[in-house]
Amino acid sequence: MTVETKSAVVITGNKAAAEAARLARVEVVAAYPITPQSPVVEALAKYIETGDLDAEFITVESEHSAMGVCIGAATAGSRVFTASSANGLAYMCEQLSWVAGSRLPIVMGCANRAMSAPWSVLNDQQDSMSQRDQGWIQLFCRNNQEILDTFLQAFRIAEQVKLPVMVCYDGYILSHTVMPVEIPDQEEVDAYLPPYAAHTALDPAAPRNINPVTLADPRLNGEGVLCHGYMEFRYLMEQAHQEALDVIVKADEEFGARFGRRWGGLTWSYQLDDADTVLIAAGSLAGEATISADMLREEGVRAGVLGLRAYRPFPADSLAEQLKQAKRVIVFDKSLSYGYGGPICMDVRATLQRHKMATDVDGYIAGLGGRDIKARELAAATRESIAWAAKRHAPKPTGWINLQL
Amino acid sequence: MGQTRDCNEMTAMSWPCVGEAGRTGDWRTMRPVLDPEKCVASRKNKIVCMQCWMFCPDNVITRTAPPEINLEYCKGCGICAEVCPSDAIKMTPEQGKQAEPTVMEEASCDG
Repeated sequence: MTVETKSAVVITGNKAAAEAARLARVEVVAAYPITPQSPVVEALAKYIETGDLDAEFITVESEHSAMGVCIGAATAGSRVFTASSANGLAYMCEQLSWVAGSRLPIVMGCANRAMSAPWSVLNDQQDSMSQRDQGWIQLFCRNNQEILDTFLQAFRIAEQVKLPVMVCYDGYILSHTVMPVEIPDQEEVDAYLPPYAAHTALDPAAPRNINPVTLADPRLNGEGVLCHGYMEFRYLMEQAHQEALDVIVKADEEFGARFGRRWGGLTWSYQLDDADTVLIAAGSLAGEATISADMLREEGVRAGVLGLRAYRPFPADSLAEQLKQAKRVIVFDKSLSYGYGGPICMDVRATLQRHKMATDVDGYIAGLGGRDIKARELAAATRESIAWAAKRHAPKPTGWINLQL
Repeated sequence: MGQTRDCNEMTAMSWPCVGEAGRTGDWRTMRPVLDPEKCVASRKNKIVCMQCWMFCPDNVITRTAPPEINLEYCKGCGICAEVCPSDAIKMTPEQGKQAEPTVMEEASCDG
C-alpha cells in the first residue's frame, strides 16, 4: 500500500476521481453540478474539451436527467460516468433504481454530504446510505489514492457482475483535501479494464424492447420461452450482489498484482489480530479510528480497526470471521436510520446474531453535517463503552459524539 | 406457474414479433367463420374487396384470396363480420364458451 512518491502528484479526492474516469476511457459523462462533487465533472469537462479524453459530455438540467442520459448511453454500449452528492443524489433516486434493475454497469462518484434540512454542504454519509437499497454496489474510500484505485476497480466489478457501483468518499475531508496520488500508466489501466461489451447493445437488425412492463408471473414469449417475471429478475439482482462479494476481492487482488496497491477487497483492518475491542466505520472516519486504536493500545486496551470498503453487498461472513475474537465492537456511523440507529451498527449486530456471537456491539453517531470528529473522541467513546459494560447490564443506548445539547 | 430456467435474460426484454405478448385468442367467445361461396375474393380468386383485412383491429386476417383468419390471436370482436359487404363471415359461438356475448340493449336517445 506504499505510494511511490517519485511519480505521485498532489491532488484532491475529486481530481483523483476524475483522473480515474479519464484513465477508464469513459465515453459519456452526464452530470449536474452540486457541492462538493462539482470539481470532478468540471475536470472531466476540461479533459473532453482539450481532447485528453475522447468522450461526450452531455449537459443536463437536473441530476434525474443526468442519470437518464447515463442509462441511455450505457444501454447503447458506452462506458459512462457521473457523480453527485446529497440533494443531487436524492434527485436521482428514481433513476438509481432503474439503473440497477436494468443491470447497467454505470459507475458514479458520491462525494458524501449531509442531507437537508437544515441546509448543509458539509460531510456525513446520509446521502449514500439513503440510497442503500436501490441495488447499487456501494464502496467507501479512506484516502485519495484509494479513490482513484477504487474507481478503476469499480468499472471492472460493475462490468463483470452487471451491477452499478457507487464509489463513496467523504465530502471536503477527501473531496477537497490534497494528498499524494500515484497516477497509473494508461497502458496498464487498458490491460486491467478491457473495453465494455454491453449486454443491452442495440441492433437495428434485431429490434427489441428493453424493460417492457413485466407482470407478476412469468410469461411465454413469441418463441414459446417462459420468460422471468418481476420477482425472478429481482432475485437475479440479489444473486449478482452475492457474486460481487467474490468479484470485489478478486478485482482488488488483480489490481494489486498489476499496480502494486491492494486495499483489502471487502474490508481492511488495523491491529486486528489480537484485538478484543474492535472499532468499525466506513470511509475517512475509519482511517481516523486507526489513530484511536494506537491511543487505546498505549493505555493497555487491545484495540483494532475493521474498515468497511464494501457496504453493499455487505461482507457479513467476512465480518463475522474477523470478529470471532472480539469482546466488544464499537461502530461509528456518519448517518442514521431515524427511529432506530446507525445503519452500519444495525448490520453488524444482525451479522453477529446470525452467527450466534454474543459480542457487545455499541453504536455511536458521529460527524453529522460536518461536525468535526477526531481520533481522541473515538477513543473516548470506546472508553465510555468499556466503562458501561463494566458497570451495567442493560444495552447501552446509541451515543452521539460531540453533541452539545 | 412453470419455471423460467430457459430464459437467459438478466433483465426484462421483448422482441416485436407475432405472439410476443402470448396467445391472446384464447378468451374469444365468438369465432368468425368465412363462407368462401359468399366471399368475393374467394369466388374470384383475386385480391379484391379486402374489407375484413383492412378493418381487422388485430391484423389477424391475411390479404389473400381467400383471406385467412389467424385464430391464435383473433379476439372475436366481429368487426370483419360487420364490414363484410357480402355477408360471408358469420360469428359462431366457441365451444365451451358462453353461447352469445352479453349485448346491451340498444341505447335510445329519446328513451
